[in-house]
Amino acid sequence: MRFEARIEVTHRAGVLDPQGATVERTLPMLGYDGVRDVRIGKCIRLTLDADDRAAARAAVEEMCERLLVNPVIEAYEIELTELAPVS
Amino acid sequence: MGARVAVVVFPGTNCELDVAAALEALGGTPELVFHTETDLRGADAVVLPGGFAHGDYLRAGALARFSPIMAAVAEHAAAGGPLVGICNGFQILTEAGLLPGALQQNTGLKFLCRTVECRVESTRSALTRGAPAGAVLRLPINHFEGAYRCDAPTLERLHAEDRVVLRYVDNPNGSVDAIAGVTNDAGNVVGLMPHPERASDALLGSTDGIVLLESLLDARDRAPV
Repeated sequence: MRFEARIEVTHRAGVLDPQGATVERTLPMLGYDGVRDVRIGKCIRLTLDADDRAAARAAVEEMCERLLVNPVIEAYEIELTELAPVS
Repeated sequence: MGARVAVVVFPGTNCELDVAAALEALGGTPELVFHTETDLRGADAVVLPGGFAHGDYLRAGALARFSPIMAAVAEHAAAGGPLVGICNGFQILTEAGLLPGALQQNTGLKFLCRTVECRVESTRSALTRGAPAGAVLRLPINHFEGAYRCDAPTLERLHAEDRVVLRYVDNPNGSVDAIAGVTNDAGNVVGLMPHPERASDALLGSTDGIVLLESLLDARDRAPV
């Protein structure tokens, strides 16, 4: 089976997010009042083959822990989408 | 012959010649070692110099730990050999798990390139052993990701074990506790954001880095720490 993984990497709760804080201060200047909790991170997309959804998730989690994310300052969320079978 | 220092060169490293020149001027014998090598050739000490190893892709220092030479670097450190990471080298050491914490974007979101004052907070490291405790050194910084971060228990441990080796007098980048450099529990592995090699000659505007580099050159006689 083939999956697309979308990994959202953000700052860990409690870790200062200087970009998010700056953007949060800027939005009210454009008239958007009441905006809060702006967090800026990055998005990693990849396609992988795995036996099933659980195996795909386990593999992506391992990639996150070993390379894609620095757990000291970053947190992540994984979104898996099964892709149509390759013909 | 002076202490032999392996200066590791990753693709994107750009401070290796400055480090080598500074060490040579102080009587050391630097050798450039490319990251694809697997052997430190019996070096007494190792420096990971500044730059942008592997383009700093993904995160600063994140990819360098997979370079072939890093297994030998980790082995050298585990055996008590002196190992110093300067700037990008510090980022690599944290990413490689050889030092605790991480380096994040400067709080002001500015690339900082200027000389700052750093206080020697601990002399129990390979880089600060020869420096007077409390001395204030003028050292250049040159980084975008230099804000030191670690969780509260780690910070407590760093304090308890006297492992904060350098602290900014006037915190330029938002580092936790104004930390500019830390060491491991044995004191043989040190990471710092300022560049001692760029403060090693009067022509460069400061000679305050010499005491640090000399400590490193002397460290071999004391290893394992």
